Amino acid sequence: MDEEAAALMQKLMLSDYGNPSSLHRKGFEAEGYVRDAAKTFAGILWCDPSEICFTSGGTESNNAAIIGAALANKRRGNRIITTQLEHASVSSPVHFLTEQGFEASYLDADSRGSIDLSQLERLLSDDVILVSVMHVNNEIGSLLPIEEIGKLIRKKQSSCLFHVDDVQGFGKLSLIPKNACIDLLSASSHKLHGPKGAGLLYISSRTKLSPILFGGGQQKGRRSGTENVPGIAGFALAAGKMYGRLEENYKHMEALKDLLLSELQDLEGITRNGGDVPYIISLSVKGVRSEVLLHALEDRGVYVSAGSACSSNKPSVSAVLKAISVPEEALSSTIRISLCPGNTEEEIRYAAGCMREIIPRLRKFVRK
Amino acid sequence: MDHLFLVKYAEIGIKGKNRHLFEDALMRQIRYALKKLPGSYGVSKSSGRIFVNCEDAGSCDMDAVADALGRVFGISAFCPVSCGTDRSLEAICQSTVEYVRSNYPEHDFTFKVETRRADKSYPLTSMEVEAAVGEAILNALPGLRVDVHEPEEMIHVEIREQIYIYSRIIKGPGGMPVGTGGKAMLLLSGGIDSPVAGYMIAKRGVILDAVYFHAPPYTSDRAKQKVIDLAEQVARYAGPIYLHIINFTDIQLAIYENCPHDELTIIMRRYMMIIAERLARQSDCLGLVTGESIGQVASQTMKSLLATDDASTLPVYRPLIGFDKQEIIDKSLAIGTYETSILPFEDCCTIFVAKHPVTKPNLNIIKRSEMKLAGQIDRLLEEAIASDELVVAGK
Repeated sequence: MDEEAAALMQKLMLSDYGNPSSLHRKGFEAEGYVRDAAKTFAGILWCDPSEICFTSGGTESNNAAIIGAALANKRRGNRIITTQLEHASVSSPVHFLTEQGFEASYLDADSRGSIDLSQLERLLSDDVILVSVMHVNNEIGSLLPIEEIGKLIRKKQSSCLFHVDDVQGFGKLSLIPKNACIDLLSASSHKLHGPKGAGLLYISSRTKLSPILFGGGQQKGRRSGTENVPGIAGFALAAGKMYGRLEENYKHMEALKDLLLSELQDLEGITRNGGDVPYIISLSVKGVRSEVLLHALEDRGVYVSAGSACSSNKPSVSAVLKAISVPEEALSSTIRISLCPGNTEEEIRYAAGCMREIIPRLRKFVRK
Repeated sequence: MDHLFLVKYAEIGIKGKNRHLFEDALMRQIRYALKKLPGSYGVSKSSGRIFVNCEDAGSCDMDAVADALGRVFGISAFCPVSCGTDRSLEAICQSTVEYVRSNYPEHDFTFKVETRRADKSYPLTSMEVEAAVGEAILNALPGLRVDVHEPEEMIHVEIREQIYIYSRIIKGPGGMPVGTGGKAMLLLSGGIDSPVAGYMIAKRGVILDAVYFHAPPYTSDRAKQKVIDLAEQVARYAGPIYLHIINFTDIQLAIYENCPHDELTIIMRRYMMIIAERLARQSDCLGLVTGESIGQVASQTMKSLLATDDASTLPVYRPLIGFDKQEIIDKSLAIGTYETSILPFEDCCTIFVAKHPVTKPNLNIIKRSEMKLAGQIDRLLEEAIASDELVVAGK
């Protein structure tokens, strides 16, 4: 968490605690923070501040975009196109909509974790009202060709809305909605050192969207509920700092990623899955259960994620890893390492050292 | 109605001169069960009955009290009671009518009045009181009818130093008050069976200690937390449980490296028994408790149990030995441990489970395999016992 953002939030909780909807001065002050935050994001996304809608995070933004777009445009058609690579906060609302009478088409993933534009072109029929594609995959760090996709949709089916789940790209890569013909874009605060519980949905001025939260009519009726002023302000401050150092950060993480992979070079049986961006590194470690490796690393203060949980009675296997055809035996031995601009070379060397020490030891104990 | 419960106990009533010890233990367990509820409670005894009085009627949640009493071993049944001080026949009639009127929304059932005189000096016989009260009810509530053979509702009137009226009898868990039967060491895993086994033994009045073997990094902190949660749930019945958490990884790895793989589970269980017995003797436990049932898995065939049993010199109590899996699941659902038991972060110990474990281990062969650990096992056992992390569940 960004310290300046945390300090600002504390101030907003303890002294500038007004409700933006209140008529008195305290309320007006609070409204100012929300307005300034919208301006910050408008600057980042090269859009108008009125196109920014604050939410409780990536999940809400994705739900609001998909369900809201489907409901508002159902007179024009009932088909939604998405991919096999999406996060559950996209695939679950799409599934929900198919239960309500909408149709869904899924773009296949290739082994790199991207999609085939010609398949999209074939699927873009007249009844398609929404295409939802993620920018950066959260499990394997693959990068999807958002600009090409957006331009293709605009050319082929100009009234179809284009939603991008940019939770993993926002704050790390530059993506300008207008350049990529994006109508809806989701971002989350805690992925860029802002607080948890805050996020945004960019809604282009041409987009018709039904709200999914009803009530006091805040944010022009697009998202009722008192604005999370500290969260929004903390998010904006953290995002502003990330975008101020975008290229530097990226180069730094690129160097860290190269360092990590070269430090692990001597270890046999390690495969990187996907991997266009440097900050999400998915590794299949042959012969080691991912959860065991995760717990062994946590003991040394290194925290990684497991591609899928290891459990004897309820194995949960990652749909993304399956979609990119990771071999069966590697599914339960895949970990994900996430880097941030604050990581140092020393930390990477330490983590790689731990892995070099632990992995051969764990490999001695495999199920006979 | 007064905020009063009458508690009935069956089995402990027959314990002769030890009876007061059992009664005192039951009262102590009732107080413990009520300790965490809002309000204050008086627990008192009077000739074969224990009374629980909610002293602060405003803040007492009677459903919560009933829920808590339903978890106290030794209670065969308990009844919400209405109580009066005026022992005249008129008063008894009047308050019984009032009781029926306010406790039953519809007055169209058959009933019988049953009277008990704990105070035999009371001037009227039970029969006379029953006749008078029955008549009063019939006069006041014409929709009711008397059926002395199969009444739909039995209205109880007990004459003691006060008058007690009740009709609703709630079944208790039965068993014996915890603390009257010594102490035992439960081998608690994250599964379905062992919490039920602990419940069953505690039900016979036994205080539980427990031991859990974890194997980081093969088992996670969440798996450990799950076992602590299960101990908390068993403690709702059994009272506080001292849970020993033992790091078992190195023993497991040593067995894995040195012993035949198909014997791994049996050998592992034998060392678990050895550690459990050491801990048991340190804390005056008189036996070990496991959730095994014959033939459920390879390590629970009779031959496997024989091999496991051999490792311990304390008796090993297996209350589920004749239960089918479904019966155990039903019991765990009833006592509320099932939902936690089936949480998915089981463990990654499956790598230590052979694909085809022995089902008929020969004790001599097992002991010979264990000889391969001779140089290190004493040290490893000491280290495991030294790793003991004590958690008190249900405090």
